[in-house]
Order: sequence, then structure tokens, then C-alpha cells
Amino acid sequence: MTATFDHRHSGHCESGVTSALLRQGGLELSEPMALGLSAGMTFVHIPFFKIGGLPLTSYRMPPGAIYKGLAKALGFKVHREKFSTPEAGMRALDAHLAAGRVVGAQSSVFWLPYFPPPLRFHFNAHNLIVYGKDGGDYLISDPVFEHPQRCAAPDLAKARFAKGALAPKGLLFYPEDLPASVDYARAVPRAIRKTVNMMLRAPLPFVGLRAVRWLARRIEKLKAGDPRYARLYVGQVVRMQEEIGTGGGGFRFMYAAFLQEAGAKLSNAALLEASDKMTATGDAWRQFGLAGAKFVKDKDHPDYAALTAALLRCADSEEQVYRFLLASYL
Amino acid sequence: MKRGEVPQDSRPEYGGERRALYALDEKGRYTTAPSAGWSADGIVNQQAVEEYARLAAGALQRARAGLASPLEFHMYDCRMEVESLAPTVGLWRWRVRRHLKPHVFAALPPELLARYADGLGIPVQRLTTLPPP
Repeated sequence: MTATFDHRHSGHCESGVTSALLRQGGLELSEPMALGLSAGMTFVHIPFFKIGGLPLTSYRMPPGAIYKGLAKALGFKVHREKFSTPEAGMRALDAHLAAGRVVGAQSSVFWLPYFPPPLRFHFNAHNLIVYGKDGGDYLISDPVFEHPQRCAAPDLAKARFAKGALAPKGLLFYPEDLPASVDYARAVPRAIRKTVNMMLRAPLPFVGLRAVRWLARRIEKLKAGDPRYARLYVGQVVRMQEEIGTGGGGFRFMYAAFLQEAGAKLSNAALLEASDKMTATGDAWRQFGLAGAKFVKDKDHPDYAALTAALLRCADSEEQVYRFLLASYL
Repeated sequence: MKRGEVPQDSRPEYGGERRALYALDEKGRYTTAPSAGWSADGIVNQQAVEEYARLAAGALQRARAGLASPLEFHMYDCRMEVESLAPTVGLWRWRVRRHLKPHVFAALPPELLARYADGLGIPVQRLTTLPPP
């Protein structure tokens, strides 16, 4: 009933799950490679799409985009099953485990008891791996946790069938028809071009570096409004950057790791240099995170201008990476 | 970020768990490094938790004064708001908003109460009452 499974601590749930499922299927691919080759990193800020009354901010593509994008880039399939009832969904999970298959599952964060209570919010697009069952407990490899976890069947059923926005509907997934190896020389430039285009040339102002700069100017304008709302607004932006496994720095360090690994694999000095620049960008995002936290905490001396400046530095630093990649690599 | 710069601000939010961050080792190679937490991350997390606690406390006070239904308190206590609760229970927002009024809530049929209780993960008996002062 229990497959052997090599749990690895990862920076983010979906890239970690994808990397682990591929490894289980015999294709060794690191987590940064999964993020980079799927072109899963981005920046999105949509002022009129609210979550908890605050605009949606994301540093990554929508849920599912990493394994779907990777399947497209590497030429494999992702088998996906959703269910109309928890009973059917749990039966199917048991059947997969009985057949010795390790599966990815989408779940809510809020209903997973092994999450520390302060981190439990109603986010329905968390990804984890179920690799076995022991009595009434499922054995779970949740990549954002350092060690494997256990979860009682009723709790897992509740988490897999949480309702509301991004409802998982018990989604189970695993890769099929995996290639024996990866053609990095073909996949790397394609994926990088996709990310560069999205960040520099997205036709919508809500996506890419235009969105970062829009947000920077928006923060400055918050000064005229309710300071409590401004603190919640900024807090949400920083929370999406740092919380629930982003690798810190809003995925920028993980992308730098991807550029470095790609540079080593393809013996390409430009990619290594781009990786250094992306590391500097990640550091700039961390500075913004610090400034944001200070803004939230120091209620008496809010420094809107400093926050705007810190965010514009992120955009400038990140733009240099993409311009450099365009000029020296693509 | 270098390995030595990986924040190790032990935060209560993590319940002793560590998360993996990507950082450069001594030779300039990226590896994952466990982090016990970061003060900046902790502050914004605490802010979000406290905001729900503040809303729940306000709702509790109003419910005790007969100005709001217990549903409003339990909604915030479960870290939800009307926008997230409505799709969770499959109702229009305006209906959920109506159910925050005590007299409307008091007249709800058992089926709807059961739906709310299931969505919030609490027994019906708890949904219709307030915690003792």
C-alpha cells in the first residue's frame, strides 16, 4: 500500500510537487528547472479582482500552469481527475495507492491540520503528494514542509473538497508518457523567451514589469486615503511575495537558480551572468519586503515614498535581467 | 541571497517548522537552505491573522448586542468574509449578507444552517450560538 518515496524540501508547492512526480516517474528534474522551463514565474497585480477586499497580487502563473506548462515544454501528458463527491475522490485515491501509484493532489491550506494555525488561510490551490496510507492516515509528502506529514482521512477529504474560489474538486494528477531525457538546448531558450516576453511586453498593464511600476505608483497614491487600508494593501502584497513557499523574493531566487543550472548544463556564460543579475533582483525584492513590513508595523511614521522607491528598484533591476537576456542570449 | 543571509528569525507562526529558501553557497552555487522564518514575513502574516481576529471581535460584540447574527462572528472566526463564504456555501453574496442580520438568521431553515455549518467546518449547534463571555 505504501510506495517508497524520497521526500525533498522545496521552495514552493507546485514546482516542488511537479519536480517530485517527475523524479518518481524516472525523470530527474530540479525544482528551479520545473519553474523555469514551465515559464511559471511572473508578476500580476489586478486592482479590480479582489481577494478578501484587496487586489490580487501574484508572483507566479495561475495554479496548474507549472505542471501544464512543463508538460507542453517537455512533451509529456498530465493525467488529471476531478470528482463530484468526496467519497468517489477518496476511493480513487485509495485505488491509485493500492496500485503503487504516487499522485499529486490539489487541496485547501485551511483544512490541513498539519499546517501551523497562523498559516492556515482559505487558499484552495495548494499542491501535495500522497504516497501511501497507514491505517486511517494518509502519508503525505508536502514539499513546503521539511519532513513528510500524516493526515487523517476525513481531514484530507475536507481539504481536497473545500468549496469556493479555485475549488480543487478532489483533483488528482500524475505525469504520463515521460520522455527519457530533456533537450535543454531546445527547452531553455524557448522558456526564457516566454518569460521575457511576458514580463516586458504583456499587452495588459496588470502583467509584468508594467504591473510592478503601476503598483509602485498606486502605493504612493494610497497616502491620500485610509492609512489602515494602505497597511492592509501593502501587507497583502508582501504576504503574497513571501508566504506559502515562494522561495522568498517572490520566486526571483528560484529563477536565478534555474538560470544558473541552465547556464551550467549548456555551458553558457550569458545565462550565468543573468543568474547573478536575477539574484540581485531577488535581493531587491527582499528589501521591498523589509520596507513593506516596516510600513505595516510602524503605524506612526508610514513612509510611502520609500516603499514606492523600493518597488521601482525591483522593477529596474528585473528589467536589466530581461534586457540582458534579450541582448546576449536570445 | 547567500546561505549566511538566510533569515533565521524563529517565529511562532511557523510552529517550529522550517521552509526552504534558495540561496548561494560559499562557491556561489544555488542550493536550498532551511529558514526558521523571517521577521518581515512574520509581521505581514501576523497582520492578516490579527485583521480576522479584529473583525471577529467586532462581530461578537455586535452579535451580543443583538445587532448581528452569530454567523458573522463565525465567518470571521473561520478567516472568511462574505466574498469567500458565499461561493463556499453556494449562495449569492446578497443572501449571505442578509443572513448576517439576526432576525433573518433566526428564521433560516435547517438545510441552510447545515450548509453554513459544513462550509465553516463547525457543528450547527455552534453556528447558532456565541462563545460564552
